[in-house]
Amino acid sequence: MNVSNESRIGVFMGYALSLTTAMAVLWLVLSGHYDSTLLLGLGAGSAVFASFMAWRLHILDVETSPYHRLWRFVLYWPWLLMEVIKTNITVIRTILSPDMVLTPRMVRVKTLPDTDMGRALFANSITLTPGTVSVDLDSDEIIVHALLKEMTDKAGFADMAARSARASGEKPADKAGGMK
Amino acid sequence: MSEFLQALDIIRPYVAGAVLILGAVIVFLGASGVLRLPDFYSRLHAAGVTDTLGTLLVLLGLILFSGFTLLSAKLALVGMFLLLTSPTATHAVANAAHKSGLKPLLGTWRSQPPKDEPGNNT
Repeated sequence: MNVSNESRIGVFMGYALSLTTAMAVLWLVLSGHYDSTLLLGLGAGSAVFASFMAWRLHILDVETSPYHRLWRFVLYWPWLLMEVIKTNITVIRTILSPDMVLTPRMVRVKTLPDTDMGRALFANSITLTPGTVSVDLDSDEIIVHALLKEMTDKAGFADMAARSARASGEKPADKAGGMK
Repeated sequence: MSEFLQALDIIRPYVAGAVLILGAVIVFLGASGVLRLPDFYSRLHAAGVTDTLGTLLVLLGLILFSGFTLLSAKLALVGMFLLLTSPTATHAVANAAHKSGLKPLLGTWRSQPPKDEPGNNT
């Protein structure tokens, strides 16, 4: 009990520290003040106060402070960017064709990541690539509207689901070991 | 090496302008897609073109214009926030339409009637 409590406090401090650091960096980038001690102090104070309020609201967890595994997302983004550019070209070609042929489909995608964050990332990635929009999210499926029937390829969705699961920190070996 | 960097600095505004124009053209194409496509759900896809590639290219052009400054960092942050929020907004709109019972157009849709034999259709 004591040990788990202490490790939980350690994890909590990690979230609080990374959230405060991220907000201090954001404040520095957005304000651009580096020379006035008063302004720097006020900025640091507001970053600490915002973290304190997150703790008081009991929302200080991996979803509000995912910065310690930001590198996984950073590894995911270039792949997603390439997908976005590819599907953009397909949709623009469809829009520009003089005799447009659409084959709209509503499909259910059953291959989902396990954690909430992985699912949110997966659904957002589907919406972000033009040509597919996630319309509804249930506990075991996402309903997707696609502009062309070529975009409802099951293997493509499974690949994207696996990549977003990995980006949100799930290990493919032990599925239950995903951090919740 | 420094001459190479100077040459890069000279062509930078032109590259930035080209990227901005390309972004503006893509935003225009997305808008024309919203007009051309037949129903609500398919129009969302055309709006998605404006949201993603158009916005990204315009922001990239502005970043190239302002160079290695704090302004560029702010523009990159704007791009990041847009990439996080725009799919959420699109999903909210699509979900509202789906929940209130709007049926999507399914099957095959053509903007012009199919021509079986060219030349026979005049």
